[in-house]
Amino acid sequence: MVTTAPAPVHAPRRGRRSPLASAGLHLTLIVASVIAVFPVLWVLLTSLKPARYATTTDFVKEPTLQNYTNLLSDTPFLTWFGNSLLVAALTTVLGVFVASTTGYAVSRFRFAGKRGLMWTLLITQMFPVAVLIVPIYNIMSSMGLLNTSTGLVITYLTIAVPFCAWMMKGFFDTIPKEIDESGYVDGLTPFGTFWRLILPLAKPGIAVTAFYSFITAWGEVAYASAFMVGDENMTLAGGLQKFVNQYGAQWGPMTAASVLIAVPAALVFLFAQRHLVTGMSAGAVKG
Amino acid sequence: MAVDTSSQSVAKAAGDDVARGRSRGTGHRRGPVKRSLSTHWYAWAMVAPVVVVIGVIIGYPLVRGIWLSLTDANERNVERSIGVNHIPATYEFVGLDNYADALTGSQFLGTLGWTLVWTVSCVSVTFALGLVLANMLNRKMAGRSVYRMLLILPWAVPGFVSVFAWRFLYDERRGILNQLLAGGGIDAVPWLNDPTWAKFSVIAVNVWLGVPFMMVALLGGLQSIPGEMYEAAEMDGANAWQRFRHITLPGLRSVSTTVILLSTIWTFNMFPVIFLLTRGGPGEATQILVTQAYKFSFEISPRDYAQSSTWGVLILILLMVFAAVYRRVLRKQGEVW
Repeated sequence: MVTTAPAPVHAPRRGRRSPLASAGLHLTLIVASVIAVFPVLWVLLTSLKPARYATTTDFVKEPTLQNYTNLLSDTPFLTWFGNSLLVAALTTVLGVFVASTTGYAVSRFRFAGKRGLMWTLLITQMFPVAVLIVPIYNIMSSMGLLNTSTGLVITYLTIAVPFCAWMMKGFFDTIPKEIDESGYVDGLTPFGTFWRLILPLAKPGIAVTAFYSFITAWGEVAYASAFMVGDENMTLAGGLQKFVNQYGAQWGPMTAASVLIAVPAALVFLFAQRHLVTGMSAGAVKG
Repeated sequence: MAVDTSSQSVAKAAGDDVARGRSRGTGHRRGPVKRSLSTHWYAWAMVAPVVVVIGVIIGYPLVRGIWLSLTDANERNVERSIGVNHIPATYEFVGLDNYADALTGSQFLGTLGWTLVWTVSCVSVTFALGLVLANMLNRKMAGRSVYRMLLILPWAVPGFVSVFAWRFLYDERRGILNQLLAGGGIDAVPWLNDPTWAKFSVIAVNVWLGVPFMMVALLGGLQSIPGEMYEAAEMDGANAWQRFRHITLPGLRSVSTTVILLSTIWTFNMFPVIFLLTRGGPGEATQILVTQAYKFSFEISPRDYAQSSTWGVLILILLMVFAAVYRRVLRKQGEVW
């Protein structure tokens, strides 16, 4: 299965390909791109068709925004959207806030218990949803936090906090230690150094961590499905399931909702992805 | 799982052997003793919020989950309130019975078998495709950034949206895939309604979702391999395959090991794809451990909390063993990780 791309066998110089190899390369990439884009594109096209044509193969038949207006006026989509936004934003802010100093301390200091903490942060990333969901459900239930945004935010912190701390350690590692030293020479405490010198330098890293924990919370399905009932508190991941259940599928509102959720996310993502990858590998590789 | 409570550990840290706790980047003015004491103090103050959060919202539920797995807790005997009546818990400690049942019964082992097939096939296909595409995108050619953008698209769309999009495509009677097949005179394929096809379908979706991350990570790795190495190899008469084998693959080692570890763990725990596409069906054909554990506690009646917790703990143990073994193998091969 692992093969190189059609390779220049008699290439005179590196970077030159025979026309045949070139065609093969482009053909493969075009096929791959079509496979990557088609599902998304098809949903977009379907959302612009009248609902009764949703399952036809015509590209665009009588284009209309009817699905969107129906979605926004007749379904609790906006409520779900707001709930998702609130939950994801709170999770992100709290997660980044709580985890930032830890990332710094783990990156800079050697202290008793550091290894244990690092291992804990790493292992919690492996936690399957199944291991915490029942106890958290029972705890939330006894505290009356089931079906509330607060409960969901607290739950998501179990995912966000270890992740943010781990990723920010990676970013702080890339900031030269000489900067800290200059801070100490100037009489700053470690906390002062962190706050005045390092944090401003780590802004891009924090932005990436924040973005990543936002989309993690935004797309979480298991806890949201188990904890939230009723339209008023549902998040998008739970809400969309209502359009497609075992009794039938409302593809009209479903596709329109998908577009409204995916397009802004995709735009921001494509804009941020270069930093995302560096961030992830910084956090992951330099364990 | 050492979850220290912060106050104890601060005390312990402060009283700890000071010479050992020297920090790397502190100033030169203060004495070593005073410096390391203050570093310890600051370090623990800085990590305290996370330690508290982890202890309270991860550590405590984890301990409770392990406890539940040693009981016969279900919906009917846990502590609950019905109206104004508060009913206390009546479940009992049963020791390792749940684990014995899980490990000797056919359900856990059967689900584990499919989970392993699912994980191995998803990760290997995703990795292979990611590697091929990354190599292609690493070449100089027209339209490279356009291809890159298009190929990353599946990663940019929130996962649950993509999964619903695929359900739309897979729809047996009226989905576009079957309509296209019908156009070619081929019978409708029961994508999600036949056990074998459903397995194929869920793997296909997960691969579709996973390739962009793999590709981008490997592309980053490829770009860090100096071009001179290829030029030198070419001078020495190495062909494309030899260059791939002896320069590209070793150059990608550290990136590959990380992404394979990560995607193995992610795939093993991949809840949304299975849950939203098939709910584990038809029958239990596509049920992986995580979705089955979820089903025990949220989809059957009475909810079986003990069984669910047992499966959760077993999943965690499996993953930790896997990560430890993987790390050991890498270390034996001289890889620092």
